[in-house]
Amino acid sequence: MGGSWWSARPTCTGTMLTSSVFTGLSWNPVDDVHALFTYPFMQHALAAGTIVAVMAGVIGWFMVLRRQTFAGHTLSLTAFTGASAAVLAGVPIVLGYFTVCGLGALALAGASGPRRSQGTESAATGSIQAFALGLGFLFVSLYHGVLNGLDSLLFGTFLGITSSQVLVLLVVAVVAIALVAVAARPLLFASVDPDVARASGVRVQLLGLGFLLVLGLSVAETSQITGALLVFALLVTPAATAQRLTTRPLAGVVLSVALALLVTWLGLALAYFSVYPVGFYITSLSFALYVLARVFA
Amino acid sequence: MTAVSFEGAEARIGGTTIWRDVSLTVERGQFVAVLGPNGSGKSTLVRAVLGLQPLAAGSASVLGRPPGEANDRIGYLPQRRSFDESTRIRGADVVRLGLDGARWGLPLPGARSRAATRRVAEVIELVSATAYADKPIGELSGGEQQRLLIAQALARRPQLLLLDEPLDSLDLPNQAGVAALVRSICREEDVTVLLVAHDVNPILGYLDGVIYVAGGTAVEGAPEDVISAETLSALYGVPIDVLRASDGRLVVVGAPDLHGHHAH
Ligand SMILES: Nc1ncnc2c1ncn2[C@@H]1O[C@H](COP(=O)(O)OP(=O)(O)OP(=O)(O)O)[C@@H](O)[C@H]1O
Ligand SMILES: [Mg+2]
Repeated sequence: MGGSWWSARPTCTGTMLTSSVFTGLSWNPVDDVHALFTYPFMQHALAAGTIVAVMAGVIGWFMVLRRQTFAGHTLSLTAFTGASAAVLAGVPIVLGYFTVCGLGALALAGASGPRRSQGTESAATGSIQAFALGLGFLFVSLYHGVLNGLDSLLFGTFLGITSSQVLVLLVVAVVAIALVAVAARPLLFASVDPDVARASGVRVQLLGLGFLLVLGLSVAETSQITGALLVFALLVTPAATAQRLTTRPLAGVVLSVALALLVTWLGLALAYFSVYPVGFYITSLSFALYVLARVFA
Repeated sequence: MTAVSFEGAEARIGGTTIWRDVSLTVERGQFVAVLGPNGSGKSTLVRAVLGLQPLAAGSASVLGRPPGEANDRIGYLPQRRSFDESTRIRGADVVRLGLDGARWGLPLPGARSRAATRRVAEVIELVSATAYADKPIGELSGGEQQRLLIAQALARRPQLLLLDEPLDSLDLPNQAGVAALVRSICREEDVTVLLVAHDVNPILGYLDGVIYVAGGTAVEGAPEDVISAETLSALYGVPIDVLRASDGRLVVVGAPDLHGHHAH
């Protein structure tokens, strides 16, 4: 894999990354934008970032509405557990991501029964999270030899993405967004008003499980590229900001996607022209937006 | 036509029998109050009508179908539901969910969507909630939320309305207003109403029947039989008076907890 974007100047020279790539700003906007699109690794990063931002914007809006940010955070950490388990077992990392995120979604759905209070639920979620994280570190330490991927397990490999990864990401995003779109109204109903939804024939429990599985699926796929930590930043912050700014569901989802795209593109561009990592820019930009929205809206 | 009928029905929650031997009939278009002390099983009765509480024994029929199979023709207002401040969804959207929230897919723009928007505005107007329907529901008062939730229950033009303590967080003029509203819907659109109440006074003049739930069973009766000092005192186990006001209306006066049962 290419250098992890955590260290902005790539420390290892991958096939597509050398430090000579970073030429700094020319202060000519046309040249600068052109430069952004010149190298395949940047093209892939922009494509992957765009796909991830759209998916995270849509799914994150529902996650925030359902007050499942803690569950989302837990799933993104189980992605780390899954990856380390896969490395240890010598199976493809993708398999680890999907298996463990799927199991995590099932466990979380079990923790959130219909009459379970918010308190019980978050206590259960917290326990699952701690356990998953502990397991992950166990796997990492059991893995003798240098696990040089720890950085990228947590922080992703944004600048080392291949075109086939972009394709897989696109497929996962289309499936996840299509599922959410088909279930949008019952899911909204079940999230806002579960009792009446149940009486109207909505399978509230089943939808809750389905949503966690889709959340797990998108987190699993996204973490391979953005890392377990950044996916969470893209899931929660744009959506929470959008919900401060509008109370209309459709406008909220669109705004959430737009904000996720904005911070991702800006973050990638800033990282390209500077020495600081993408993750830092994306998280700081979205945090700044959130603070602005809270203060002014 | 019978709207709701129970035959020897029994409800059990976690091995405990809540009520049994319940046989009752509610005719279409009737306005029926469900009375009874706390914990007697009124909400359980409503949930049984919806099929959300399966019957352990006996049988039931709701709008000519087994419970749960005609729910698209039922409007339901659960007990004491409130949205907290973090629910950032407009009141109008919550009302809209009552109309087509259970449908798959996204609402496409077109004649159907416009009709839905019109219907939502209409029911919001009906409950006089237009002024605040566009605010986030979590920021509204309990009474304002209650009005919007009644609008939600009405959105699909139900044939049966199940209202579990709809007057709960309303002030006195609003209690009278909502009671009169429910009554006019009942009369004008031929909707059957089952209304759970703790304070029977606001609806006393409108009732066609009363179901009282107590002592592990439920019995129905005519309002004039049930709304008497003896029956109500026996039902709640505390002394209750039924007085006739100067304008001829009945007023139930009793132990304070008939009115303020729920400590806040
Ligand atoms: N999920 C549950 N688990 C166990 N017991 C329950 C459950 N729900 C209700 N009960 C019990 O069933 C009985 C009837 O409850 P129900 O809510 O129907 O009473 P109610 O008449 O509506 O009371 P209230 O006037 O307080 O609304 C109560 O004793 C209650 O403790
Ligand atoms: Mg009740």
